[in-house]
Amino acid sequence: MTDLPRNQHIIASGLIACVGVSIAYISFTQEPADAFIFPRLISSVFAVLAIWTFVKAVLGRTKVGNGINGQAMRNMLPGLIVTIIYVYWAAKSLGFYTATTIAFFVLLSLYDPAPHSDIKSWGKRILITAGFMAVMYGLFAQLLNVFTPREIFF
Amino acid sequence: MDFLFYMGDVFTPINFGLLLLGTIGGLILGATPGLSPTMAVALLIPFTFQLEPQQGLILLGAAYTSTVAGGAVSAILLKIPGAPANIATTLDGHTMATKGEGAKALQLSFIASAIGGLFGVFLLIFLTPVLAQWALAFGPSHLFWLAILGVTVIGTLDSSSVVKGLLSGCIGLWLATIGFDDIMGAQRFIFHPAVSGGINVIPALIGLFAIPQVITMFTKGRSSDDAEIINVKKHPIRFAFAEVFKRKMALTIGTITGSIIGLIPGVGGQIAGLVAYDQSKKFSKESEKFGTGHSEGVIAAESANNAMVGPSLVPLLTLSIPGSPTAAVLLGGLLIHGIFPGPDLFMNYPQVAWTFIDSMLIGQLLMCIFGLYIAGLAASVARVPHAVMAAIVLGLAVFGSYSVQNSMGDVYVMATLGLAMYFLERFGFSAAPLVLGLILGPIAEANFIQGSMIANATVGTGTYFFTGWLNWLLILIVLASISYSVWMEIMARRYTTKDDAVAKEEALP
Repeated sequence: MTDLPRNQHIIASGLIACVGVSIAYISFTQEPADAFIFPRLISSVFAVLAIWTFVKAVLGRTKVGNGINGQAMRNMLPGLIVTIIYVYWAAKSLGFYTATTIAFFVLLSLYDPAPHSDIKSWGKRILITAGFMAVMYGLFAQLLNVFTPREIFF
Repeated sequence: MDFLFYMGDVFTPINFGLLLLGTIGGLILGATPGLSPTMAVALLIPFTFQLEPQQGLILLGAAYTSTVAGGAVSAILLKIPGAPANIATTLDGHTMATKGEGAKALQLSFIASAIGGLFGVFLLIFLTPVLAQWALAFGPSHLFWLAILGVTVIGTLDSSSVVKGLLSGCIGLWLATIGFDDIMGAQRFIFHPAVSGGINVIPALIGLFAIPQVITMFTKGRSSDDAEIINVKKHPIRFAFAEVFKRKMALTIGTITGSIIGLIPGVGGQIAGLVAYDQSKKFSKESEKFGTGHSEGVIAAESANNAMVGPSLVPLLTLSIPGSPTAAVLLGGLLIHGIFPGPDLFMNYPQVAWTFIDSMLIGQLLMCIFGLYIAGLAASVARVPHAVMAAIVLGLAVFGSYSVQNSMGDVYVMATLGLAMYFLERFGFSAAPLVLGLILGPIAEANFIQGSMIANATVGTGTYFFTGWLNWLLILIVLASISYSVWMEIMARRYTTKDDAVAKEEALP
């Protein structure tokens, strides 16, 4: 294992260990105690296993998990940012259909292998987005009668 | 013979229509690399809300069956397994296709899948009621240990690290405790209003299985799939039937291996296909031909991965313990309709249970018939660019999780769990035990509390939970599965170099 995954493993397992210990602490200190009997049982095992994993990571004995390399991170970052904005802000603020149309089109533009200089590829992306949104509207609004948050444009 | 009594219900227009839809849709989804059967079923659950329980289950069951078989299309024509269960199929299937025998390989795979699948569903039909009767004798302590067994078996057998598998199970069990406590009404771990009502299983399942796949597709960047679809020449179907029955040994080994592996919770189709392939090679008179485009390789692998579908549902329908991640998703599909599987499922909801099982029987035949005709279309769908697939799955995940309760909270839960799961997977954690923990957590807790109350009024907690042959047996299986996995891990490390391990992990989707 190179230094990069080792450091990543230490950070990841350290975070999990922090969560495990925090949950155990909350379980053993919160009242009413009777409501936390089962969480105490679970969190004790959770904390022990999480600390074990952390210690193994610190000692460099982690055997599985390759972490994330720089190239993969660079590739995923734009998509991840679009996803986060779409899910946590745009879907509610702009409305589901508006936000999904924008997010879908942006993701296609970011990751579609067709060259951006090709006008035809843009037409294809617009068509695919429109087709997908038509299917989504038909399925969720017409067939399943799902009431989504109010749209910003209509 | 109750299953015959309810067979007619499968052929009502709506039920049969849904069966067809699930089968054809499943075949196409299964051929799409990156869309696993579990994820396909999870994304379909929101569409079952407005259906009757048996209709919803027919759709989900058909999708489960045919996604496993559909994965063979891309395995054979593109050398990309549609699902982990089809890895063994690529070994001989793709070589056959490159030799101009693509149609024959597809026909063999669908016929073998149908035969294996039918055997597996018959096993489900005959084993389930017997085990369900036996399970009626289970008390709270046994059900508690069974739930723990479900989490530990999947945690240890489905993960490449025992400790990380068990830790994933613990994370799932903890997530299940979030929300209001059922008995005292106390708030537990409510750190955001979105989880005040607890974590809804369906958005969680969608997030845990779909979002990591979406991000994995992002990591491939703007690359296009260079895989070339091999042209399929016509091949008379009667010769394929004759070939399958001529290769009886491979078919029998595949079917029996798949059925046995399906019954063991936590051991999935990927292992069934590979073990059956390996065993067939050992017992074959033409073992040297394996890997060079030999029909026995395709027959063994495909009969095995579909034979495990039926038996993998036995623990779910009898003990309410899902034996696989896809079974866990099906459990979610049952729970949203207020149906809790277990020993009394066949007494309280015989129509739902038997119509579902019967539909799986008919679904195997439909899968064989349609599989042969739409293989070309499915292979074309398999070449849909990653960008389109990622955007479609993301959109479906957001709409699907919102539609569960018309709540943005569910969308946030779905996305947060999905994002966290992607990073956890990169560090060796697995989604399956986490999902099992999330689903079995409430069962484990309810029976633990109930058992503790009985124990306090009678023999004491230690005696109640740790005595009696059935408790011992279950504890023994828990310990045995952990010990076996630790032993296997040590052996694997002893005989595997670090480079091998890294290469193996890099090969994972």
